Amino acid sequence: MTEQLFEQLAQSVIDGDDNESKDLTNKLLGENIPAKQILNDGLMKGMDVVGRRFRDNEIFVPEVLVSARAMKKAMDVLKPELINSGDKMSGVVMLGTVEGDIHDIGKNLVSILLQGAGFDIIDLGVSVSKQTFIDKIEEHHPDILGLTAMLTTTMHNMEPIITEIQKSEFSVKTIIGGAPINTAFANEIGADAFGKNASDAVNKVKALMGDLEQETVS
Amino acid sequence: MTTNLLTLLERKVLLADGAMGTQLQNRGLSSGQCPEQLNLTQPETVQNVYSDYFSAGSDIIETNTFGGSESRLALHGMENSVHEINKRAAELAVEVRPPGKFVAGSVGPTGEVLHPLGTLSEEKANSMFSEQITALLEGGVDAIFIETMMALEEIEIAIRAAKDLTSLPVSATMTFEIGKAGPRTAWGVSPGEMITRLSDSGADILGANCGQGFDEMAKIVEILRDNTDMLLLAQANAGLPVMKDGKSTYIESPEEMEPKAQKILESGVNIIGGCCGTGPEHIKILRKLVDNL
Repeated sequence: MTEQLFEQLAQSVIDGDDNESKDLTNKLLGENIPAKQILNDGLMKGMDVVGRRFRDNEIFVPEVLVSARAMKKAMDVLKPELINSGDKMSGVVMLGTVEGDIHDIGKNLVSILLQGAGFDIIDLGVSVSKQTFIDKIEEHHPDILGLTAMLTTTMHNMEPIITEIQKSEFSVKTIIGGAPINTAFANEIGADAFGKNASDAVNKVKALMGDLEQETVS
Repeated sequence: MTTNLLTLLERKVLLADGAMGTQLQNRGLSSGQCPEQLNLTQPETVQNVYSDYFSAGSDIIETNTFGGSESRLALHGMENSVHEINKRAAELAVEVRPPGKFVAGSVGPTGEVLHPLGTLSEEKANSMFSEQITALLEGGVDAIFIETMMALEEIEIAIRAAKDLTSLPVSATMTFEIGKAGPRTAWGVSPGEMITRLSDSGADILGANCGQGFDEMAKIVEILRDNTDMLLLAQANAGLPVMKDGKSTYIESPEEMEPKAQKILESGVNIIGGCCGTGPEHIKILRKLVDNL
């Protein structure tokens, strides 16, 4: 019975049915299912499918936006429960387009997919200065910092931010992305990861979270 | 302007210009600055770029107004200067336009998502496009080039706003990427859908701009030409940027572009030009190719 509800919940996210996703989440909570399990076995399963279909060109931005809205409606219900039960979210990711660059479609997609994967997002917006990134990291202590740029001229504004973080005590991991970015550039400026596209970025962020947990243990 | 652009296009292929942003950056625009602001603060710099493209052989140049809508200028706190910035950009171009050549008013996306997926209402989108296009027309442009669009609804609103304001030619181009499903915009629009919907909206010229380079553009133009007899425009990027000796550079040098551009011309495009990463050197080679047709 519960299995079936989880499947329906995942499907409601895939279909972008925000009433259904909210109702099913309430229903599962009513049956005393732990919030964390509803997130993992229902909502995130749905967003995984959405991410994969988006990567494979089966669906496009509008469908992702609709699914993200269904995810968000369910998360509005689920979040207080997650916090009450003391369950940690998957992690906190801070995102921003670097100074001089106002392109944000890619960043917004990454944000949507990461929320779908259960991450808490702090989005600093576009044309964010190095100092703002540093101040906000100090204030919020994110696990991951995601930087994006679309221009060949502004991509060079990533390096000073990463250098500053490396010099600091912050334990934040960095991932970069955007049209002109490739692995070679990411390595050259010392970023921890490079997201080739929005769904690759989610996978890389998950991998970075794994690295962070290992570092804490050892 | 004595000859009508559309009449001329029935007879011959015309050459547009290359990128604006990189040309302004070569002349000192810093990466944090708003390119459209230069229309007011450094008019001679903008005019030099226009002149360079005309000298390189462009028949049509585009105004420095791609991000000239209220919502884009608002990112730089200049949402109250839409009229001034767009009108001036057009005036500057018209001043250096040689006889028989054309100035097209560039109109880019709002950067916002339309209701119900996003928060932008149709009325607001229409009023933003109308405000920008009105100013471009006052500045004396010969045509309106709506470009780099990804969502059908948004480009349709822009086309209708333009057609309501002028009888001048309106071009409408979208940005495609070739994936597993063939060419699609980020919003999932196929070339076929674009042709049907945009010709219904009243666009005089259709096409594709930006994207992944001249190679992909040749494939996209071929598909477009197979599906319509309408006038077609193609403005490709000089490939995607790569790192070379620690500096970012675009893959396709003017020489590398040449055979790919030839393919685009053979597919039956009516206006060819460049987008991101192209400059006057690319345009000079395209001039040679167009003249040899």
